[in-house]
Amino acid sequence: MSTFNQIKTILSNKRVGIAGAGGLGSNCAAFLVRSGIGKLIIADFDQVSEFNLNRQFYFKHQIGMDKVEALRDNLLMINPDVVLQMHKTKVNKENIPLLFQVCDVIVEAFDHASEKQMFIESVLSRFPDKPLVAASGMAGYGNFSDIGWMESGNFFVCGDFSRAISDEVPPLAPRVNIIAAMQADKVIELLMQSNEKV
Amino acid sequence: MKITLNNRVESFDKEQMTVAQIMDAKSFRFRMLVVRLNDNIVKKDKYGETMVKDGDDLKIIHLVSGG
Repeated sequence: MSTFNQIKTILSNKRVGIAGAGGLGSNCAAFLVRSGIGKLIIADFDQVSEFNLNRQFYFKHQIGMDKVEALRDNLLMINPDVVLQMHKTKVNKENIPLLFQVCDVIVEAFDHASEKQMFIESVLSRFPDKPLVAASGMAGYGNFSDIGWMESGNFFVCGDFSRAISDEVPPLAPRVNIIAAMQADKVIELLMQSNEKV
Repeated sequence: MKITLNNRVESFDKEQMTVAQIMDAKSFRFRMLVVRLNDNIVKKDKYGETMVKDGDDLKIIHLVSGG
């Protein structure tokens, strides 16, 4: 292990892309900024709503703001020196290369399974050598032991892989944050490993 | 053939099968999946034509909504 100063020094030279600034993306971004990441590239088209406040890293007075703008404000309050490239755009097959090709690691942080599939298939076929950290299944509460990782090469997915969100099984802050934290932890591990190889 | 499916060894009577046939045999009925064959992506529109053979490492990962 390295000291926090050594970890921060290494992470300060790294760029991470995050697709989506909802429950996963906003919290994962906060964890990475707290850990000393140098640059984040974040894309999301949505605005902050009241229903987001049960799990996403936004505040009451930010309702109605573009998520990328609200998140920029919040992340800069943690570290004013982090470099943020915020894109208010709907991520699609066409703009993925443009948005994320300079990133050392990419995080999939979408809500809908269909968006997850589109993004994962596009990134893995367009950038087969770039590490991708995704998530699947984090609704409700309890049964912590159902949460785990699936790995294939440099593709990593965490979650319970079974519980989809619904009115009866809503997403809640603790479990969504657990998954966002697992994603951020994997990003740090990958970046530290890639640094050792150089 | 013997393959590794989601980190477990599985045996099938046939010598090779398509990804779609394996999904059917193992009852993967979720609509949203990510498939990796020997750590390479198999896109949705290729499930029916991508052949899996003895010794292959196949991962069929469920994607569920939430985030």
